[in-house]
Amino acid sequence: MSLKVQTPEKLKLDVQKIRKDFPILSQKVHGKDLIYLDNAATTQKPQAVIDELNKYYNSLNSNVHRGVHSLSEQATNAYEGSRIKVKNFINAGSEKEIIFTTGTTGAINLVAQTYGRMNLKEGDEVIISGMEHHSNIVPWQMICEEKKSKLKVIPIDDNGEIIFEEFEKLLSDKTKIVSVVYVSNSLGTINPVKKIIEKAHSFGIPVLMDGAQAVQHIPVDVQELGCDFFAFSGHKTFGPTGIGILYGKKNLLESMPPYQGGGDMIAKVTFEKTTYNELPYKFEAGTPNIADAIGLGKAIDYINEIGIKNIAAYENELLEYATNELSKINGLKIIGTAKEKSSVISFVFDDVHPHDIGTFLDFDGIAIRTGHHCTQPVMDRFNIPATSRASFSFYNTKEEIDILVISLNKVLEVFG
Amino acid sequence: MNDELRELYQQVILDHNKSPRNFRIIEHANHSAEGFNPLCGDHIDVYLDVKDGIINDISFQGKGCAISKASASLMSSIVKGKKVKEAEVLFEKFHDLITGKYEDNSDVVELGKLAVLGGVRDFPARVKCASLAWHTMINALKEEKNIVSTE
Repeated sequence: MSLKVQTPEKLKLDVQKIRKDFPILSQKVHGKDLIYLDNAATTQKPQAVIDELNKYYNSLNSNVHRGVHSLSEQATNAYEGSRIKVKNFINAGSEKEIIFTTGTTGAINLVAQTYGRMNLKEGDEVIISGMEHHSNIVPWQMICEEKKSKLKVIPIDDNGEIIFEEFEKLLSDKTKIVSVVYVSNSLGTINPVKKIIEKAHSFGIPVLMDGAQAVQHIPVDVQELGCDFFAFSGHKTFGPTGIGILYGKKNLLESMPPYQGGGDMIAKVTFEKTTYNELPYKFEAGTPNIADAIGLGKAIDYINEIGIKNIAAYENELLEYATNELSKINGLKIIGTAKEKSSVISFVFDDVHPHDIGTFLDFDGIAIRTGHHCTQPVMDRFNIPATSRASFSFYNTKEEIDILVISLNKVLEVFG
Repeated sequence: MNDELRELYQQVILDHNKSPRNFRIIEHANHSAEGFNPLCGDHIDVYLDVKDGIINDISFQGKGCAISKASASLMSSIVKGKKVKEAEVLFEKFHDLITGKYEDNSDVVELGKLAVLGGVRDFPARVKCASLAWHTMINALKEEKNIVSTE
């Protein structure tokens, strides 16, 4: 159970110093120190990101791409500067391939409604996996229904891994796109994405990667992966909510119709005809989410300062420690035991419902997620209504995991 | 255990969670409905045998948290033998209890054992757990065939 990252010889990550960068972590909940283990739902924000948002509204606020005045120029530079940071972060070939969206959901909907609408026809197929978040299921269901196309699902095994041979069987000349998750939010599985992309490409089929749970844990290089689209969210990457990224290969994005119409996405408008703007603006209608885009840029700076490889190595240590410690608890069963996992642990007990666990843990200051994690088909696959999920980030500690274990044992005493 | 937590998870609730009453299927049920809480995945089936406006028998099955299971169990114990109308009134009062709308304490006496679920009022996220069984029963009485959702 390890990430595909080499552990640096010496751990370069000072957790106690890092924790001071996140003001929310010094909070008390029900009189106890907050132990935030719901990072797969959203991550906390470092002071640098919070300050950047303040700075924008205090001294930079202006509309982008419009004014000749100084403020507009500065805001535009900051906004476009952030796009370049994103481009470098995932190693895209050009900043024209980076589109600001509202989040991963917004990005997938964009592709489904443009690429999907343009390419799908009756009888065609879209392939997703059995561990997708609802945001990589429903947008495809909607367009498939409209186009009378079919949604095909790669089954997963008891460990929560994609059954690759089944994926190979699903591929055909009817397949128009493969859209799969890089890292599962409810199981923690890291999918063999490179293999999936290579296989799909051998059939000439483009691949969308849902990277919402990947970029904050694993170094991502979209050119090396070779994926055609890549989506992720700002708020899961220590940045603000309401901002996300769609990366798309230039030739594909150019071939696609616009998503929404409005200002900024046009070159010339008459009542007879409108000429669309060039990439990436063609896909950014209206005044964009300037402040949060800039905030996301700052979050990427922060990640780069700590180093994504250091983050991956440390989180892997936390994952191994937590897996060992949680496994010692009587009756606890981990759901999602893939060989390659991210720092997410879903677990169940036979007799204690996750909702009750969540409430009890809250009184010990521990925030975990309980429920179906927006992956109801995964719950059905494992024949469970819900799980409890602890998801770790680089500001978490082994001591926090120890407290989680103590607290879980207390819950078992009450319900035992 | 914290006081607020103890108030929520009273012994009666833990007991009903562990050994739920009327946890079975009524083969000859003339009313039934399925309830679902999409927030947490809780799922319940409620079966009723109603004759001449009286609930002769009621049962439930499903998966859920301690609060939802205990609430279903308590509900089934208390409405059995009651008139449909009485059960409906009881639900209104119960809903007021768990959403903290009670001002007159004398009404709480009427709720009998259901009063143990009063602690839910301090946990807004859990109100849906406590009310799922009731919503499902009311829908079963209306003979609605659709799945009931608390969302």
